[in-house]
Amino acid sequence: MGMTITIEIADQKVGEDTFEKIYSYFQYIDNTFSVFKETSEISRINRGEIEKKDYSSDMKEIFKLSEQTKYDTNGYFDIQTPSGTYNPSGLVKGWAIYNASKILLADGFQNFYVDAGGDIQTHGLNTEGKPWSIGIRNPFHPETEIIKVLSLGNNEGVATSGNYIRGQHIYNPLTKENQLQDIVSVTIIAANVYEADRFATAVFAMGREGIHFIEKQKGLEGYAIDAKGIATMTSGFTMYVKK
Amino acid sequence: MNKKYILSSLVIITFITYAFYQQITGTDNSVAIKKSANTIPTAPVAQQALPVADKPKTTTTGGQYKDGTYTSSVTNAYYGNVQVEAIISGGKISDVQFLQYPQDRSRSAQISSHAMPILISEAIQAQSANVNTVSGATDLSGAFTQSLQSALDQAKNS
Repeated sequence: MGMTITIEIADQKVGEDTFEKIYSYFQYIDNTFSVFKETSEISRINRGEIEKKDYSSDMKEIFKLSEQTKYDTNGYFDIQTPSGTYNPSGLVKGWAIYNASKILLADGFQNFYVDAGGDIQTHGLNTEGKPWSIGIRNPFHPETEIIKVLSLGNNEGVATSGNYIRGQHIYNPLTKENQLQDIVSVTIIAANVYEADRFATAVFAMGREGIHFIEKQKGLEGYAIDAKGIATMTSGFTMYVKK
Repeated sequence: MNKKYILSSLVIITFITYAFYQQITGTDNSVAIKKSANTIPTAPVAQQALPVADKPKTTTTGGQYKDGTYTSSVTNAYYGNVQVEAIISGGKISDVQFLQYPQDRSRSAQISSHAMPILISEAIQAQSANVNTVSGATDLSGAFTQSLQSALDQAKNS
């Protein structure tokens, strides 16, 4: 998937092997689900080389979860592309991060976060014994600026979906007005990163309606930024904003 | 029998006597209309009360309520305040007037359709970068910290 994985463990007595274990788990995920790898299971499925009954158990689970998510998001989330192939990227990342956090928990760790490409599962508290502070990237200056700081102390997950390149088009005076209204970034806070990721993907596809969809979902809060740099948040979002 | 029992018995007896007196005399029961006005929470409920106003009784005997004009307390009906005034004539409700009702029609319509709740919007603003990690759509976490640091270094040195 070509993304940075960052793990910070605030508990004492953490060895190099723990990090190795998590990294190799992500390596396995990439080797199985990356549509950019010709040898991955998903690529082989897309070439018709594997029958449904022969899918690996993780692949079967991802297909099952994708069906569920398609239903939960009124069809906005769909791993089937217009060409008929499957791309489960919008769900696999959150699922894998959540699984990685479960591995850490099983190994006895309580205070950590797992960040893969900007989607994050937190657990416990940071090294200062405080809630994890998570910045939200400015979609217009993604390399230099954050525009919100979240305070997560109850094992929450957070995920952001967006298209920053499109966001930069707002400076083009020839851009049509309706394109200016586009959502360029959606951040979702949920009980875990799997929930946050799958809804962030779907909500981004919904455009301006998306944040209203999130408002209606129990246990989800969101922050959607449009192409004009105006953010709209769900009613419970400010609970998580660091003052 | 201890003191508490005696006291509560007295209270109960007083109530029964009072209710009995009310039933016989058919007078002063303004408490009841005030209470019913207080509990009118929304327009639909008030509409149910309106047909009563269409056929006011003019008899003065057997009426439930004492003649007069009664104003309810203000009730919050979620999308706005509701306050009504009930006019009692001949012991019956002869009219119900709305003193207050939600007038922001578009907002009420939005809430009742559950389509587009009002959500807070704001212009995004740069924040301090003192965070554990950053949520974003692209793979720039490392680059972010580095470039921010370089920007800060420049800021220090300039």
